[in-house]
This record gives sequence, structure tokens and C-alpha cells, in this order.
Amino acid sequence: MTPTGISWNVVADVRQLLMFPFMVNAFRAGTIVAVIAGALGWFMVLRRQSFAGHSLAIVSFPGAAGAILLGISAMLGYFAAAIAAALVIAAIPRSLGGQPRSSESAIIGTLQAFALACGALFVSLYGGFLTSLTGLLFGSFLGISGSQVLVLLIVAAAALAILALIGRPLLFASIDPAVAAARGVRVRLLSTIYLVLLGCAAAATSQITGALLVFALLVMPAATAQRLTARPAASLALTIAFGVVTAWLGLAAAYFSIYPVGFYVTTFGFAGYVLAVAWTAARMRVRSRYAAAAEQPA
Amino acid sequence: MTRATSDAAARTAISEVIRFDRAAVRIAGRTIWSDVSLSVTPGEFVAVLGPNGVGKSTLIKAALGLVGLSSGSVTVLGRPAGSSGAQIGYLPQRRVFDPGLRVRGIDVVSLGGDGERWGVPFPLAARFSPSRRAANQRVHEVIEMVGATAYAHRPIGQVSGGEQQRLLIAQALVKRPRVLLLDEPLDSLDLPNQAAVAALLATICRDHGVAVVLVAHDVNPILPYLDRVTYLAAGRAACGTPAEVITSATLTALYQTPVEVLRASDGRLVVVGEPEAPARHTDRHSAAEGRP
Repeated sequence: MTPTGISWNVVADVRQLLMFPFMVNAFRAGTIVAVIAGALGWFMVLRRQSFAGHSLAIVSFPGAAGAILLGISAMLGYFAAAIAAALVIAAIPRSLGGQPRSSESAIIGTLQAFALACGALFVSLYGGFLTSLTGLLFGSFLGISGSQVLVLLIVAAAALAILALIGRPLLFASIDPAVAAARGVRVRLLSTIYLVLLGCAAAATSQITGALLVFALLVMPAATAQRLTARPAASLALTIAFGVVTAWLGLAAAYFSIYPVGFYVTTFGFAGYVLAVAWTAARMRVRSRYAAAAEQPA
Repeated sequence: MTRATSDAAARTAISEVIRFDRAAVRIAGRTIWSDVSLSVTPGEFVAVLGPNGVGKSTLIKAALGLVGLSSGSVTVLGRPAGSSGAQIGYLPQRRVFDPGLRVRGIDVVSLGGDGERWGVPFPLAARFSPSRRAANQRVHEVIEMVGATAYAHRPIGQVSGGEQQRLLIAQALVKRPRVLLLDEPLDSLDLPNQAAVAALLATICRDHGVAVVLVAHDVNPILPYLDRVTYLAAGRAACGTPAEVITSATLTALYQTPVEVLRASDGRLVVVGEPEAPARHTDRHSAAEGRP
């Protein structure tokens, strides 16, 4: 069987998608990344730390570019840079409670711009590999090796195990830091651990969606799920499910077309979010109409 | 069962829930208050009053062990402050949840029961584990106790300030604390809600034997329920029953400037001539802000 392009026969399409090992690896990596990004992204949306998450991904770009320049593994560069940046962000002093974190976002913004500039420098030092630059920024699914999938799997499993261990106190500290601290929760320590895990997730996600489009898997599934339900367990499960479906659809679409995978993953994520907003708005309308009808005397 | 009986033993053994003994606190080189002695006995309703910036929140934080004393001592349930964890329910000042926070009230309440425990709750745990079932039961019980059943399943960011306050009181009650420390819980509520929350706290205090220590800047919503007040002013404190403390003579001596307490025909108290609050609010903004 030779690749023939997309058809209406779904079974044939799926068979075609999984015909080449590179595509199988892309699906494996995409699934792993979608799960870890979903789980950590869910807390990120809850903790209002999207800006920090985005910056961690941006910082992973010069990490990867620098690693390529030095001739070491780009994957190592991704993770090392994101984890280092997570520790820097965690070191920014922050007050407990609902005070605005203005100094935090200013420092993160400064860091992010400088990191992006360093990435540009590394790419130009390496000299003219513009296709790879596009891949670093906007995502690529070509050439993911079996050993890279294994590294992603190990990192994701470790991150998820730690997240499961700190899950409940992290939720407490995210919703209500002052009371959590009074009850003996180590709010600051949890925040540091969380940022390091988020760095891992952002670095892993960058490798599929590119550094600039990490929100496709970090924010969109969580934002969509949190729109639909306010039950923590259900919305976390929905987040991961949405992320995996988005990643699969995006990879499949990218396989059958010439455009970057980051575009497709992001577009499917965006479509899901818009549908969720429309659905909740429609449900509210129906409910209020029903309530108005119930109030009317018969 | 043994745990319950030892709990009961501990409950009867302690005659003082909180005791400050000649306590003083310094923050950033400035003495907030000094020579404060007060004791709270089980089931008492105590108010901490005084102008803004006088260190009322600091008093609560000292009882929690979040702020250290520079001299004197504070014991909570017979132990040094900060070591009684779950036996103290705490509501910090002015918490309003982000309207976009998509977590239900009941989830926030149940974090009051096990929020500090490692791990994650397993799905369907209630079906298999009796202790999980008992914990869920307790969460529903406290939600009913504060009258929040109708809105406990809505996202907490979308209920009113008074409703959020009730849910937070429920959260503080899950672990059956012996004392509730509340930092201006009536602040930012409208008058009917102030009265309702004050009445709720009085019920919890009387019917469940939980001592309530409440920071307030207006005594009137809670005046009918108070056993004792601690009035902080000018770095010192006066303690006693409301009739002893909220008088022209006591407050004049405390402020060292003439202060008059008037009683309106409906029983409300009005303090006249209170000196303006100091410009420094070091207890609110713990960073070392400009000293003159």
C-alpha cells in the first residue's frame, strides 16, 4: 500500500497514518505530551500562571537552539532551559493571598524577551537552517526518534507521579494560599515544585507545537474543560481527553497537508474552546428561559 | 473510637483555648502592640476591636504562629502557637474569589478537611472507603450548618460575597476545630448579610461549643452575642466584657485622649473622638514600608 492522501474511508486513513514509523512515533510523542500538558495546564489555568507557563516554553527555545549550536541533543536543551527558568521564576518573592503579582509578571516578561533574543542569536550563529527555526517556533512532528519518545515518556511519568503526590495540597494552595499556609501546607515549596513540573511540560509541549504555540496543549484543553464543568476531577479528566484528541487530530491533519502541525493542533484546540463557550451560553439561555417559564403563572 | 475518646479527654482538659501573656509584637523595628494579656475560654465569643492599622490581624496571626512575639507568650489549646493545626479554623482577611474560578463551593469546603494531605482523592473512593464516606458526610453536614446547601455546587467565584463567607466558615469547621479565628469576616458584606453571618457565628459558638475570636472594626452587628472584647489602640489593649470596655472611661484611658461612647436608642454603640488611624499599615503590608 502506498500513501494516497486523505479519503472518506476512515479505516484506510488511519492505516495510512500509522504506515510509517516516524508517524507512529509522532502519535506516541503527541499523546504523551498532551497528557502531561493537560494535567499541568489544568493547574496553570487555575493558578492564573499562564504567563509563566508561556515564558517557560519560550525559554526552552534558546535552550534547544543553543544545544543544537553546541552539537548536543536539542531535547536536553529544551528541558534544561525550561527547568532553569522555572527555578528563577520560583525565586521571585511573592506575597501570600490575592495581592497582584505585578513585579512577578514584569520580571518574567523581561526574562522572556531576553530568552527569545538569545534564541535568535543562537540560530543565526548556527547559520542558515531556517526550516528548523520554523520547527522550533511553530512545531514539527518529523524525525522524532524512538529514544526521544522514551525520554518524553520517562519525563512525563515522573512529572505525573510527582503531581499526583502533591495534587491535593497544590489544589488547596492554588485556591486559597493563606488558609493552606495556616494549615501547615508548604505553599512556597509546592509552588516551586509546580513550576519545575510546568517547565517540564512546557518543554515537552514545545517539541510538538513549537515554543510559540504551547498554549494549544497547555491552556486550550484546560480552559475548555473548566468552561464545561466546575468539578475538579471531571474537568481534569476532560482536559486530558481534549488534549489527546486535539493532538491526534492535529497530527493527522498535518500528515495529509503541507502546513505545520502547530497550526492544526492550535486550530482544533481553538475550535473546541469556541464550541464549549457556545454550548455553555446556549445552556444558560435554555435554563433561564425554562426558569422564566416556570415562574409564569399557569 | 480511641481517637474520639482521646479527643473528648483533650476537650475537657483544657480550660483556656487561647492565652496571651504580656505579649508584644515588633514588625520591621516598630512595636505593633505590647503588654497584651487575654484569655479565651471554650465556647466564648470574643471580638478584637480597634481602629485600622492597630494590629488586630497581627493578633490573630500571632495566635496562629504566623507572626512571632518579641516578648511574652501565647499558648493555644495549651501548646505554643502554631502547633495546633487542624484544631483551629482560620478565615483570613477579605478573600473574594475570582469570578472566573471554576471550582465548586463544596470542593473548597472539603479542602478544609483534607487539603493538606498528600496525594489525590481517588475517584469513586466514597463507594469503597468508609472513612471517605464519613468525610463526605461531614462536608455536607457543615454546609448545611451554615445554610449553604442551595449554592454549594455552583462555582465559588459566581456566588455572592455573603455566600462565599458562609462557605469559608464551613471550610473552617470541617475538622471540628475548638476555636475559629476570623479576620474581619463582616467586612465587605451588606448590613443584612452582616447580621446573618454574625448570628450564624453565634449559633456555632453556642450550639457547638466552638470559641469564636473575631476581628471587627464595627462592634454593632456582633454586640448582642459578645462575651468579651479586646480593644486595641495606641499599641495597647483593654480586655473585658463589652460593658466594661466599650465605655468612655476605658477608651479614654486607652487612647490617652478624650473619647466618648454614645448609645443610640436602638442599642447601637457609637465611639466619638477616636483618633485617626495611623498612616502606617505595617500589619497589612508586611514589607518594611517607610518609617518616618
